[in-house]
Amino acid sequence: MKLDSMYQEIILDHYRNPHGKGLRDGDAEVHHVNPTCGDEITLRVKLDGAVVEDVSYESQGCSISQASASVLNDLVVGKTVGEAQQVQEAFLELMQSKGQSEGDEEILEDAVAFAGVSKYPARVKCALLGWMAWKDATAKALAGHPEITTD
Amino acid sequence: MTYSHLTGLLDTDAIRKDFPVLSRVLHDGKPLVYLDNAATSQKPRQVLEALNAYYEQHNSNVHRGVHVLAEEATALYEGARDKVAAFINAPSRNEVIFTKNASESLNLVANMLGWADEPYRVDADSEIVITEMEHHSNIVPWQLLAQRTGAKLKWFGLTDEGRLDLSNIDELITEKTKIVSVTLVSNLLGTVNPVETIVRKAQSVGALVAIDASQAAPHAALDVQALEADFVAFTGHKMLAPTGIGVLWGRQELLEDLPPFLGGGEMIETVTMGSSTYAPAPHKFEAGTPPIAQAIGLGAAIDYLSAIGMDKVAAHEHAITAYAIERLAEVPDLRIIGPRTAVDRGAAISFTLGDIHPHDVGQVLDEQGIAVRVGHHCARPVCLRYGIPATTRASFYLYSTPGEVDALIDGLHHVRNFFA
Ligand SMILES: Cc1ncc(COP(=O)(O)O)c(C=O)c1O
Repeated sequence: MKLDSMYQEIILDHYRNPHGKGLRDGDAEVHHVNPTCGDEITLRVKLDGAVVEDVSYESQGCSISQASASVLNDLVVGKTVGEAQQVQEAFLELMQSKGQSEGDEEILEDAVAFAGVSKYPARVKCALLGWMAWKDATAKALAGHPEITTD
Repeated sequence: MTYSHLTGLLDTDAIRKDFPVLSRVLHDGKPLVYLDNAATSQKPRQVLEALNAYYEQHNSNVHRGVHVLAEEATALYEGARDKVAAFINAPSRNEVIFTKNASESLNLVANMLGWADEPYRVDADSEIVITEMEHHSNIVPWQLLAQRTGAKLKWFGLTDEGRLDLSNIDELITEKTKIVSVTLVSNLLGTVNPVETIVRKAQSVGALVAIDASQAAPHAALDVQALEADFVAFTGHKMLAPTGIGVLWGRQELLEDLPPFLGGGEMIETVTMGSSTYAPAPHKFEAGTPPIAQAIGLGAAIDYLSAIGMDKVAAHEHAITAYAIERLAEVPDLRIIGPRTAVDRGAAISFTLGDIHPHDVGQVLDEQGIAVRVGHHCARPVCLRYGIPATTRASFYLYSTPGEVDALIDGLHHVRNFFA
Protein backbone atom coordinates (compact mmCIF):
# COMPACT_ATOMS: atom_id res chain seq x y z
CA MET A 1 0.00 0.00 0.00
CA LYS A 2 1.26 3.42 -1.00
CA LEU A 3 0.48 4.94 2.37
CA ASP A 4 2.98 2.73 4.14
CA SER A 5 5.73 4.12 1.94
CA MET A 6 5.04 7.52 3.47
CA TYR A 7 4.20 6.51 7.01
CA GLN A 8 7.17 4.22 7.65
CA GLU A 9 7.26 2.70 11.13
CA ILE A 10 10.40 4.73 11.89
CA ILE A 11 8.54 7.94 11.10
CA LEU A 12 5.59 6.99 13.27
CA ASP A 13 7.99 6.09 16.12
CA HIS A 14 9.70 9.47 15.96
CA TYR A 15 6.28 11.14 15.78
CA ARG A 16 5.06 9.36 18.91
CA ASN A 17 8.33 9.86 20.82
CA PRO A 18 10.11 12.91 19.44
CA HIS A 19 13.79 13.19 20.32
CA GLY A 20 15.17 16.37 21.79
CA LYS A 21 11.86 18.22 21.84
CA GLY A 22 11.53 21.29 24.07
CA LEU A 23 13.37 24.59 24.02
CA ARG A 24 16.76 24.81 25.71
CA ASP A 25 19.57 27.29 25.74
CA GLY A 26 20.85 28.31 22.29
CA ASP A 27 23.04 30.75 20.36
CA ALA A 28 20.34 31.54 17.85
CA GLU A 29 16.60 31.06 17.52
CA VAL A 30 14.32 31.07 14.50
CA HIS A 31 10.60 30.64 13.98
CA HIS A 32 9.46 29.03 10.72
CA VAL A 33 5.95 28.37 9.48
CA ASN A 34 4.51 26.44 6.61
CA PRO A 35 1.95 28.95 5.35
CA THR A 36 -0.16 26.41 3.49
CA CYS A 37 -0.96 24.26 6.51
CA GLY A 38 -0.02 26.27 9.55
CA ASP A 39 2.75 23.94 10.78
CA GLU A 40 5.13 25.91 12.99
CA ILE A 41 8.49 25.40 14.61
CA THR A 42 10.62 27.48 16.95
CA LEU A 43 14.14 26.10 16.87
CA ARG A 44 17.36 26.94 18.70
CA VAL A 45 20.88 25.96 17.81
CA LYS A 46 23.67 25.81 20.38
CA LEU A 47 27.23 25.57 19.11
CA ASP A 48 30.31 24.49 21.00
CA GLY A 49 33.05 25.84 18.78
CA ALA A 50 32.43 24.20 15.41
CA VAL A 51 30.35 21.40 16.92
CA VAL A 52 26.54 21.35 17.08
CA GLU A 53 26.05 20.97 20.80
CA ASP A 54 22.25 21.06 20.82
CA VAL A 55 19.23 21.55 18.61
CA SER A 56 16.13 22.21 20.64
CA TYR A 57 12.67 22.98 19.31
CA GLU A 58 9.03 23.50 20.07
CA SER A 59 6.79 22.59 17.18
CA GLN A 60 3.28 21.95 16.14
CA GLY A 61 2.31 20.09 13.03
CA CYS A 62 1.68 16.82 11.27
CA SER A 63 3.43 13.52 11.89
CA ILE A 64 5.83 14.14 9.01
CA SER A 65 7.02 17.52 10.24
CA GLN A 66 7.26 16.32 13.85
CA ALA A 67 9.15 13.15 12.98
CA SER A 68 11.47 15.03 10.68
CA ALA A 69 12.47 17.48 13.44
CA SER A 70 13.15 14.54 15.76
CA VAL A 71 15.35 12.81 13.18
CA LEU A 72 17.14 16.10 12.57
CA ASN A 73 17.99 16.31 16.24
CA ASP A 74 19.36 12.76 16.17
CA LEU A 75 21.46 13.35 13.09
CA VAL A 76 23.08 16.72 13.62
CA VAL A 77 23.73 16.95 17.36
CA GLY A 78 27.34 16.02 18.06
CA LYS A 79 28.51 16.56 14.48
CA THR A 80 30.64 19.47 13.33
CA VAL A 81 28.67 22.20 11.58
CA GLY A 82 30.35 21.22 8.30
CA GLU A 83 29.30 17.56 8.63
CA ALA A 84 25.81 18.51 9.71
CA GLN A 85 25.45 20.80 6.70
CA GLN A 86 26.29 17.86 4.46
CA VAL A 87 23.55 15.82 6.09
CA GLN A 88 21.14 18.70 5.62
CA GLU A 89 22.04 18.98 1.94
CA ALA A 90 21.65 15.23 1.44
CA PHE A 91 18.22 15.36 3.09
CA LEU A 92 17.16 18.30 0.94
CA GLU A 93 18.26 16.41 -2.16
CA LEU A 94 16.32 13.34 -1.07
CA MET A 95 13.18 15.38 -0.50
CA GLN A 96 13.48 16.98 -3.91
CA SER A 97 13.91 13.62 -5.64
CA LYS A 98 10.18 13.09 -6.37
CA GLY A 99 10.45 9.49 -5.27
CA GLN A 100 13.43 8.78 -7.53
CA SER A 101 16.06 8.46 -4.78
CA GLU A 102 16.35 6.07 -1.85
CA GLY A 103 18.84 8.27 -0.04
CA ASP A 104 22.34 7.41 1.15
CA GLU A 105 21.91 5.46 4.37
CA GLU A 106 25.56 6.09 5.34
CA ILE A 107 24.86 9.82 5.61
CA LEU A 108 21.13 9.95 6.31
CA GLU A 109 20.60 6.98 8.64
CA ASP A 110 16.96 7.00 9.87
CA ALA A 111 16.18 9.93 7.59
CA VAL A 112 16.10 7.62 4.53
CA ALA A 113 12.67 6.64 5.83
CA PHE A 114 11.44 9.95 4.39
CA ALA A 115 12.20 8.86 0.80
CA GLY A 116 8.54 7.90 0.32
CA VAL A 117 7.39 11.37 1.40
CA SER A 118 9.22 12.91 -1.56
CA LYS A 119 6.51 11.46 -3.84
CA TYR A 120 3.91 13.70 -2.22
CA PRO A 121 4.59 17.31 -3.27
CA ALA A 122 2.18 18.66 -0.66
CA ARG A 123 4.11 16.95 2.13
CA VAL A 124 7.70 17.76 1.14
CA LYS A 125 7.43 21.14 2.85
CA CYS A 126 6.33 19.41 6.05
CA ALA A 127 9.42 17.20 6.01
CA LEU A 128 11.70 20.15 5.34
CA LEU A 129 10.26 22.57 7.91
CA GLY A 130 12.63 21.67 10.76
CA TRP A 131 15.62 21.28 8.49
CA MET A 132 15.18 24.70 6.90
CA ALA A 133 14.75 26.20 10.36
CA TRP A 134 17.98 24.51 11.47
CA LYS A 135 19.85 25.81 8.42
CA ASP A 136 18.62 29.31 9.11
CA ALA A 137 19.36 29.16 12.85
CA THR A 138 22.83 27.79 12.21
CA ALA A 139 23.62 30.61 9.77
CA LYS A 140 22.49 33.08 12.44
CA ALA A 141 24.56 31.39 15.14
CA LEU A 142 27.61 31.42 12.90
CA ALA A 143 27.09 35.08 12.06
CA GLY A 144 27.38 35.74 15.78
CA HIS A 145 30.64 33.79 15.99
CA PRO A 146 32.85 34.88 13.10
CA GLU A 147 35.77 33.00 14.69
CA ILE A 148 34.14 29.61 13.86
CA THR A 149 35.10 28.12 10.53
CA THR A 150 33.03 25.27 9.16
CA ASP A 151 35.20 23.71 6.50
CA MET B 1 -28.08 1.21 4.60
CA THR B 2 -31.37 2.99 3.94
CA TYR B 3 -31.73 6.71 4.22
CA SER B 4 -35.50 6.90 4.24
CA HIS B 5 -35.40 9.11 7.32
CA LEU B 6 -33.61 11.83 5.35
CA THR B 7 -36.04 14.18 3.66
CA GLY B 8 -35.49 16.59 0.81
CA LEU B 9 -32.74 14.62 -0.93
CA LEU B 10 -32.26 15.24 -4.63
CA ASP B 11 -32.06 12.45 -7.19
CA THR B 12 -28.28 12.24 -6.96
CA ASP B 13 -28.10 9.16 -9.20
CA ALA B 14 -29.36 11.30 -12.06
CA ILE B 15 -27.39 14.41 -11.09
CA ARG B 16 -24.10 12.56 -10.72
CA LYS B 17 -24.34 11.34 -14.32
CA ASP B 18 -23.87 14.97 -15.37
CA PHE B 19 -20.51 15.18 -13.58
CA PRO B 20 -17.97 13.01 -15.39
CA VAL B 21 -15.27 13.39 -12.74
CA LEU B 22 -17.49 11.93 -10.03
CA SER B 23 -17.22 8.49 -11.62
CA ARG B 24 -13.44 8.46 -11.27
CA VAL B 25 -11.90 5.54 -9.44
CA LEU B 26 -8.72 6.26 -7.49
CA HIS B 27 -5.83 4.27 -6.07
CA ASP B 28 -6.72 0.56 -5.85
CA GLY B 29 -10.26 0.75 -7.09
CA LYS B 30 -11.61 3.30 -4.58
CA PRO B 31 -14.41 5.45 -5.99
CA LEU B 32 -13.77 9.17 -5.63
CA VAL B 33 -15.66 10.65 -2.67
CA TYR B 34 -15.35 14.36 -3.34
CA LEU B 35 -15.94 16.31 -0.13
CA ASP B 36 -13.97 19.45 -0.95
CA ASN B 37 -16.79 21.48 -2.41
CA ALA B 38 -16.17 24.56 -0.29
CA ALA B 39 -12.81 24.87 -2.05
CA THR B 40 -14.22 24.34 -5.50
CA SER B 41 -17.12 22.48 -7.05
CA GLN B 42 -17.03 19.97 -9.87
CA LYS B 43 -18.41 20.95 -13.27
CA PRO B 44 -21.36 19.35 -15.07
CA ARG B 45 -21.24 18.35 -18.76
CA GLN B 46 -23.66 21.18 -19.53
CA VAL B 47 -21.05 23.75 -18.44
CA LEU B 48 -18.22 21.99 -20.25
CA GLU B 49 -20.35 21.84 -23.39
CA ALA B 50 -21.12 25.55 -23.18
CA LEU B 51 -17.39 26.29 -23.02
CA ASN B 52 -16.70 24.03 -25.98
CA ALA B 53 -19.54 25.38 -28.05
CA TYR B 54 -18.31 28.90 -27.44
CA TYR B 55 -14.76 28.12 -28.49
CA GLU B 56 -15.80 25.89 -31.41
CA GLN B 57 -18.52 28.12 -32.84
CA HIS B 58 -18.46 31.66 -31.55
CA ASN B 59 -15.01 32.60 -30.27
CA SER B 60 -14.35 36.31 -30.72
CA ASN B 61 -13.56 39.36 -28.66
CA VAL B 62 -16.59 41.11 -27.26
CA HIS B 63 -18.07 44.58 -27.70
CA ARG B 64 -15.93 45.79 -30.55
CA GLY B 65 -16.47 43.84 -33.72
CA VAL B 66 -19.12 44.22 -36.37
CA HIS B 67 -18.75 40.68 -37.65
CA VAL B 68 -21.00 37.75 -36.90
CA LEU B 69 -18.76 36.03 -34.37
CA ALA B 70 -18.19 39.25 -32.44
CA GLU B 71 -21.90 39.81 -32.21
CA GLU B 72 -22.53 36.25 -31.09
CA ALA B 73 -19.77 36.35 -28.49
CA THR B 74 -21.07 39.67 -27.17
CA ALA B 75 -24.62 38.34 -27.00
CA LEU B 76 -23.45 35.25 -25.11
CA TYR B 77 -21.29 37.24 -22.70
CA GLU B 78 -23.98 39.83 -22.02
CA GLY B 79 -26.53 37.03 -21.86
CA ALA B 80 -24.53 35.53 -19.00
CA ARG B 81 -24.84 38.88 -17.22
CA ASP B 82 -28.61 38.71 -17.59
CA LYS B 83 -28.59 35.22 -16.09
CA VAL B 84 -26.54 36.36 -13.11
CA ALA B 85 -28.81 39.36 -12.60
CA ALA B 86 -31.88 37.13 -12.56
CA PHE B 87 -30.19 34.55 -10.31
CA ILE B 88 -29.47 37.11 -7.60
CA ASN B 89 -32.62 39.16 -8.21
CA ALA B 90 -30.65 42.29 -9.12
CA PRO B 91 -32.85 45.26 -10.02
CA SER B 92 -30.67 45.94 -13.07
CA ARG B 93 -28.24 43.94 -15.19
CA ASN B 94 -25.95 46.98 -15.13
CA GLU B 95 -25.27 46.27 -11.47
CA VAL B 96 -23.51 42.99 -12.29
CA ILE B 97 -19.74 43.37 -12.71
CA PHE B 98 -17.73 40.42 -13.93
CA THR B 99 -14.38 39.92 -12.16
CA LYS B 100 -12.01 37.02 -12.04
CA ASN B 101 -13.09 35.73 -8.60
CA ALA B 102 -14.47 36.81 -5.24
CA SER B 103 -11.06 38.03 -4.14
CA GLU B 104 -10.93 40.46 -7.04
CA SER B 105 -14.50 41.57 -6.32
CA LEU B 106 -13.66 42.40 -2.71
CA ASN B 107 -10.41 44.11 -3.67
CA LEU B 108 -12.37 46.15 -6.19
CA VAL B 109 -14.74 47.40 -3.48
CA ALA B 110 -11.84 48.28 -1.19
CA ASN B 111 -10.10 50.18 -3.97
CA MET B 112 -13.24 52.02 -5.08
CA LEU B 113 -13.64 53.29 -1.53
CA GLY B 114 -9.99 54.20 -1.18
CA TRP B 115 -10.12 56.41 -4.28
CA ALA B 116 -13.69 57.68 -3.85
CA ASP B 117 -14.76 61.24 -3.10
CA GLU B 118 -16.80 62.08 -0.05
CA PRO B 119 -19.06 60.75 1.34
CA TYR B 120 -17.70 57.29 0.51
CA ARG B 121 -14.00 57.96 0.81
CA VAL B 122 -12.18 55.88 3.41
CA ASP B 123 -9.57 58.06 5.08
CA ALA B 124 -7.67 58.45 8.33
CA ASP B 125 -10.85 59.34 10.24
CA SER B 126 -12.75 56.33 8.97
CA GLU B 127 -13.39 52.91 10.42
CA ILE B 128 -13.75 49.64 8.56
CA VAL B 129 -15.56 46.72 10.23
CA ILE B 130 -15.14 43.05 9.35
CA THR B 131 -15.41 39.80 11.35
CA GLU B 132 -13.03 37.25 12.78
CA MET B 133 -14.51 34.51 10.57
CA GLU B 134 -13.70 36.09 7.22
CA HIS B 135 -11.78 34.34 4.49
CA HIS B 136 -8.39 36.03 3.96
CA SER B 137 -9.94 37.50 0.78
CA ASN B 138 -12.21 39.60 2.98
CA ILE B 139 -9.49 40.53 5.48
CA VAL B 140 -6.36 41.42 3.56
CA PRO B 141 -7.94 43.94 1.12
CA TRP B 142 -9.26 45.85 4.15
CA GLN B 143 -5.93 45.65 5.96
CA LEU B 144 -4.29 47.10 2.87
CA LEU B 145 -6.88 49.86 2.64
CA ALA B 146 -6.49 50.65 6.33
CA GLN B 147 -2.69 50.77 6.05
CA ARG B 148 -2.80 52.99 2.98
CA THR B 149 -5.39 55.45 4.27
CA GLY B 150 -4.77 55.39 8.01
CA ALA B 151 -8.31 54.11 8.61
CA LYS B 152 -8.96 51.89 11.62
CA LEU B 153 -9.85 48.22 11.11
CA LYS B 154 -12.26 46.67 13.64
CA TRP B 155 -13.94 43.27 13.75
CA PHE B 156 -16.69 41.22 15.31
CA GLY B 157 -15.42 38.34 17.46
CA LEU B 158 -16.84 34.82 17.61
CA THR B 159 -18.71 32.91 20.28
CA ASP B 160 -17.56 29.52 21.53
CA GLU B 161 -20.36 27.95 19.46
CA GLY B 162 -18.91 29.33 16.24
CA ARG B 163 -21.37 32.20 15.77
CA LEU B 164 -20.75 35.91 15.38
CA ASP B 165 -20.66 37.74 18.68
CA LEU B 166 -22.93 40.71 18.05
CA SER B 167 -23.00 41.85 21.68
CA ASN B 168 -20.77 44.87 21.03
CA ILE B 169 -22.30 45.87 17.70
CA ASP B 170 -22.94 49.42 18.95
CA GLU B 171 -19.28 49.92 19.78
CA LEU B 172 -18.10 48.38 16.52
CA ILE B 173 -20.39 50.11 14.05
CA THR B 174 -20.40 53.85 14.75
CA GLU B 175 -20.70 57.21 13.01
CA LYS B 176 -17.11 56.75 11.89
CA THR B 177 -17.79 53.45 10.09
CA LYS B 178 -17.58 53.79 6.32
CA ILE B 179 -17.86 50.14 5.34
CA VAL B 180 -18.84 46.87 6.99
CA SER B 181 -17.80 43.75 5.11
CA VAL B 182 -19.03 40.35 6.31
CA THR B 183 -19.38 36.87 5.01
CA LEU B 184 -22.86 35.44 4.64
CA VAL B 185 -21.61 31.88 5.25
CA SER B 186 -18.25 30.96 6.81
CA ASN B 187 -16.10 28.68 4.70
CA LEU B 188 -14.47 27.16 7.78
CA LEU B 189 -17.20 27.09 10.44
CA GLY B 190 -20.16 26.69 8.12
CA THR B 191 -22.04 29.35 10.10
CA VAL B 192 -24.78 31.30 8.32
CA ASN B 193 -24.59 34.84 9.67
CA PRO B 194 -27.53 37.06 10.65
CA VAL B 195 -26.49 39.80 8.24
CA GLU B 196 -29.87 41.61 8.47
CA THR B 197 -28.95 42.81 11.96
CA ILE B 198 -25.61 44.12 10.73
CA VAL B 199 -27.13 45.74 7.64
CA ARG B 200 -29.73 47.53 9.75
CA LYS B 201 -27.12 48.85 12.14
CA ALA B 202 -24.86 49.95 9.29
CA GLN B 203 -27.73 51.74 7.58
CA SER B 204 -28.51 53.60 10.79
CA VAL B 205 -25.03 55.16 10.81
CA GLY B 206 -24.81 55.65 7.04
CA ALA B 207 -22.14 53.00 6.46
CA LEU B 208 -21.96 50.84 3.35
CA VAL B 209 -22.21 47.06 3.59
CA ALA B 210 -20.39 44.50 1.46
CA ILE B 211 -21.33 40.84 1.69
CA ASP B 212 -19.06 37.97 0.78
CA ALA B 213 -21.50 35.43 -0.63
CA SER B 214 -18.87 33.02 -1.94
CA GLN B 215 -20.16 30.17 0.24
CA ALA B 216 -23.78 31.24 -0.06
CA ALA B 217 -24.49 31.78 -3.76
CA PRO B 218 -23.71 28.15 -4.70
CA HIS B 219 -25.97 26.67 -2.04
CA ALA B 220 -29.19 28.64 -1.60
CA ALA B 221 -31.30 31.30 -3.25
CA LEU B 222 -29.53 34.67 -3.10
CA ASP B 223 -31.61 37.83 -3.28
CA VAL B 224 -29.52 40.99 -3.24
CA GLN B 225 -32.59 43.18 -2.81
CA ALA B 226 -33.75 41.26 0.25
CA LEU B 227 -30.24 41.47 1.71
CA GLU B 228 -30.32 45.28 1.36
CA ALA B 229 -26.55 45.38 1.18
CA ASP B 230 -24.58 47.71 -1.09
CA PHE B 231 -22.20 45.17 -2.58
CA VAL B 232 -22.32 41.39 -2.88
CA ALA B 233 -19.32 39.34 -4.04
CA PHE B 234 -19.09 35.70 -5.10
CA THR B 235 -17.01 33.39 -7.20
CA GLY B 236 -18.04 31.15 -10.10
CA HIS B 237 -15.87 28.10 -9.56
CA LYS B 238 -17.62 27.16 -6.32
CA MET B 239 -20.99 27.07 -8.12
CA LEU B 240 -20.31 24.65 -11.00
CA ALA B 241 -18.72 27.30 -13.25
CA PRO B 242 -15.11 27.40 -14.47
CA THR B 243 -12.35 29.15 -12.58
CA GLY B 244 -11.53 32.70 -13.66
CA ILE B 245 -14.98 34.25 -13.26
CA GLY B 246 -16.37 36.10 -10.28
CA VAL B 247 -19.12 38.61 -9.68
CA LEU B 248 -19.44 41.88 -7.87
CA TRP B 249 -22.96 43.18 -7.58
CA GLY B 250 -23.26 46.81 -6.51
CA ARG B 251 -26.14 49.27 -6.16
CA GLN B 252 -26.47 51.34 -9.30
CA GLU B 253 -26.17 54.82 -7.73
CA LEU B 254 -23.00 53.73 -6.01
CA LEU B 255 -21.49 52.28 -9.14
CA GLU B 256 -22.23 55.55 -10.90
CA ASP B 257 -20.53 57.61 -8.20
CA LEU B 258 -17.55 55.43 -7.40
CA PRO B 259 -14.32 55.66 -9.39
CA PRO B 260 -12.89 52.86 -11.51
CA PHE B 261 -9.96 50.86 -10.21
CA LEU B 262 -8.31 49.20 -13.20
CA GLY B 263 -7.97 51.25 -16.37
CA GLY B 264 -7.80 49.93 -19.90
CA GLY B 265 -9.79 48.95 -22.93
CA GLU B 266 -13.57 48.44 -22.63
CA MET B 267 -13.95 50.71 -19.61
CA ILE B 268 -13.72 54.06 -21.40
CA GLU B 269 -16.02 56.42 -23.24
CA THR B 270 -13.41 58.67 -24.87
CA VAL B 271 -9.65 58.83 -24.46
CA THR B 272 -7.29 61.68 -25.27
CA MET B 273 -3.63 61.81 -24.32
CA GLY B 274 -4.55 64.12 -21.46
CA SER B 275 -7.48 62.30 -19.91
CA SER B 276 -10.37 59.92 -20.35
CA THR B 277 -14.01 59.63 -19.54
CA TYR B 278 -15.48 56.33 -18.50
CA ALA B 279 -18.15 54.02 -19.77
CA PRO B 280 -21.14 53.58 -17.49
CA ALA B 281 -21.22 50.66 -15.06
CA PRO B 282 -20.70 47.77 -15.31
CA HIS B 283 -18.17 48.36 -18.10
CA LYS B 284 -16.41 51.08 -16.10
CA PHE B 285 -15.17 48.30 -13.82
CA GLU B 286 -14.28 45.74 -16.50
CA ALA B 287 -10.99 46.92 -17.99
CA GLY B 288 -9.54 44.82 -20.78
CA THR B 289 -10.79 41.69 -22.50
CA PRO B 290 -12.98 39.95 -19.94
CA PRO B 291 -13.08 36.20 -19.16
CA ILE B 292 -15.64 35.61 -21.93
CA ALA B 293 -15.84 31.83 -22.02
CA GLN B 294 -15.79 31.70 -18.23
CA ALA B 295 -18.71 34.13 -17.95
CA ILE B 296 -20.64 32.02 -20.46
CA GLY B 297 -19.75 28.96 -18.37
CA LEU B 298 -21.14 30.73 -15.31
CA GLY B 299 -24.34 31.39 -17.24
CA ALA B 300 -24.59 27.68 -18.05
CA ALA B 301 -23.94 26.79 -14.40
CA ILE B 302 -26.74 29.12 -13.34
CA ASP B 303 -29.07 27.49 -15.87
CA TYR B 304 -28.17 24.10 -14.40
CA LEU B 305 -28.74 25.19 -10.79
CA SER B 306 -31.94 27.05 -11.62
CA ALA B 307 -33.39 24.05 -13.45
CA ILE B 308 -33.01 22.05 -10.24
CA GLY B 309 -34.06 24.99 -8.06
CA MET B 310 -31.95 26.63 -5.39
CA ASP B 311 -34.47 25.84 -2.66
CA LYS B 312 -34.16 22.16 -3.51
CA VAL B 313 -30.37 22.39 -3.55
CA ALA B 314 -30.51 24.00 -0.10
CA ALA B 315 -32.89 21.35 1.25
CA HIS B 316 -30.69 18.54 -0.05
CA GLU B 317 -27.56 19.99 1.51
CA HIS B 318 -29.39 20.63 4.77
CA ALA B 319 -30.38 16.96 4.98
CA ILE B 320 -26.87 15.77 4.15
CA THR B 321 -25.32 18.19 6.65
CA ALA B 322 -27.69 17.14 9.44
CA TYR B 323 -26.93 13.49 8.70
CA ALA B 324 -23.17 14.16 8.68
CA ILE B 325 -23.31 16.01 12.02
CA GLU B 326 -25.25 13.12 13.52
CA ARG B 327 -22.80 10.50 12.25
CA LEU B 328 -19.65 12.49 13.09
CA ALA B 329 -20.78 12.38 16.71
CA GLU B 330 -20.09 8.61 16.61
CA VAL B 331 -16.39 9.12 15.98
CA PRO B 332 -14.46 9.21 19.28
CA ASP B 333 -12.35 12.33 19.94
CA LEU B 334 -13.91 14.20 17.05
CA ARG B 335 -14.63 17.85 17.79
CA ILE B 336 -16.65 19.94 15.36
CA ILE B 337 -15.28 23.47 15.03
CA GLY B 338 -18.41 25.51 14.37
CA PRO B 339 -22.12 25.04 15.10
CA ARG B 340 -22.97 21.50 16.17
CA THR B 341 -26.45 21.67 14.74
CA ALA B 342 -27.68 22.02 11.19
CA VAL B 343 -29.59 25.20 12.09
CA ASP B 344 -28.35 28.35 10.31
CA ARG B 345 -25.53 26.32 8.94
CA GLY B 346 -24.03 25.67 5.53
CA ALA B 347 -22.65 22.42 4.18
CA ALA B 348 -19.02 22.81 5.27
CA ILE B 349 -18.07 20.98 8.47
CA SER B 350 -14.66 21.47 10.06
CA PHE B 351 -13.38 19.24 12.81
CA THR B 352 -10.35 18.04 14.71
CA LEU B 353 -9.71 14.38 15.49
CA GLY B 354 -7.94 13.95 18.82
CA ASP B 355 -4.39 15.13 18.39
CA ILE B 356 -4.00 13.60 14.94
CA HIS B 357 -2.91 16.45 12.72
CA PRO B 358 -5.36 17.31 9.89
CA HIS B 359 -2.61 16.76 7.35
CA ASP B 360 -2.36 13.17 8.46
CA VAL B 361 -6.13 12.78 8.57
CA GLY B 362 -6.40 14.07 5.00
CA GLN B 363 -3.60 11.87 3.75
CA VAL B 364 -5.07 8.66 5.12
CA LEU B 365 -8.55 9.61 3.86
CA ASP B 366 -7.07 10.29 0.44
CA GLU B 367 -5.74 6.77 0.34
CA GLN B 368 -9.37 5.66 0.54
CA GLY B 369 -10.42 7.93 -2.28
CA ILE B 370 -11.92 10.57 0.02
CA ALA B 371 -11.02 14.16 -0.84
CA VAL B 372 -11.27 16.60 2.08
CA ARG B 373 -9.48 19.86 2.77
CA VAL B 374 -6.96 20.25 5.57
CA GLY B 375 -5.26 23.34 6.95
CA HIS B 376 -6.53 26.75 8.01
CA HIS B 377 -8.77 27.17 4.93
CA CYS B 378 -7.60 30.74 4.33
CA ALA B 379 -9.26 31.72 7.61
CA ARG B 380 -6.32 31.53 9.99
CA PRO B 381 -7.81 33.92 12.58
CA VAL B 382 -10.60 31.37 13.16
CA CYS B 383 -8.01 28.70 13.99
CA LEU B 384 -6.27 31.11 16.35
CA ARG B 385 -9.60 31.95 17.98
CA TYR B 386 -10.28 28.29 18.76
CA GLY B 387 -6.69 27.51 19.68
CA ILE B 388 -6.10 24.94 16.97
CA PRO B 389 -3.45 24.88 14.25
CA ALA B 390 -5.71 23.60 11.52
CA THR B 391 -8.84 21.57 10.82
CA THR B 392 -10.05 18.86 8.50
CA ARG B 393 -13.06 20.05 6.51
CA ALA B 394 -15.67 18.01 4.69
CA SER B 395 -18.01 20.05 2.51
CA PHE B 396 -21.00 18.91 0.50
CA TYR B 397 -22.88 19.94 -2.60
CA LEU B 398 -25.95 19.02 -4.62
CA TYR B 399 -24.37 15.77 -5.81
CA SER B 400 -23.20 14.61 -2.35
CA THR B 401 -24.87 11.46 -1.02
CA PRO B 402 -25.51 9.98 2.43
CA GLY B 403 -23.38 7.05 1.25
CA GLU B 404 -20.46 9.46 0.93
CA VAL B 405 -21.04 10.60 4.51
CA ASP B 406 -20.85 6.93 5.55
CA ALA B 407 -17.61 6.53 3.59
CA LEU B 408 -16.19 9.54 5.47
CA ILE B 409 -17.15 8.06 8.84
CA ASP B 410 -15.58 4.68 7.97
CA GLY B 411 -12.52 6.56 6.73
CA LEU B 412 -12.19 8.47 10.00
CA HIS B 413 -12.35 5.25 12.02
CA HIS B 414 -9.58 3.95 9.80
CA VAL B 415 -7.52 7.10 10.42
CA ARG B 416 -7.82 6.60 14.17
CA ASN B 417 -6.69 3.00 13.92
CA PHE B 418 -3.81 3.95 11.67
CA PHE B 419 -2.35 6.42 14.16
CA ALA B 420 -3.38 4.57 17.32
C1 LIG C 1 -15.95 32.81 2.09
C2 LIG C 1 -14.99 32.93 0.94
N1 LIG C 1 -14.65 34.14 0.50
C3 LIG C 1 -13.81 34.31 -0.53
C4 LIG C 1 -13.24 33.24 -1.17
C5 LIG C 1 -12.27 33.50 -2.27
O1 LIG C 1 -12.69 32.99 -3.49
P1 LIG C 1 -11.69 33.09 -4.71
O2 LIG C 1 -10.45 32.38 -4.29
O3 LIG C 1 -12.38 32.40 -5.83
O4 LIG C 1 -11.44 34.53 -4.95
C6 LIG C 1 -13.56 31.95 -0.73
C7 LIG C 1 -12.97 30.77 -1.39
O5 LIG C 1 -12.00 30.16 -1.04
C8 LIG C 1 -14.43 31.80 0.36
O6 LIG C 1 -14.75 30.59 0.83
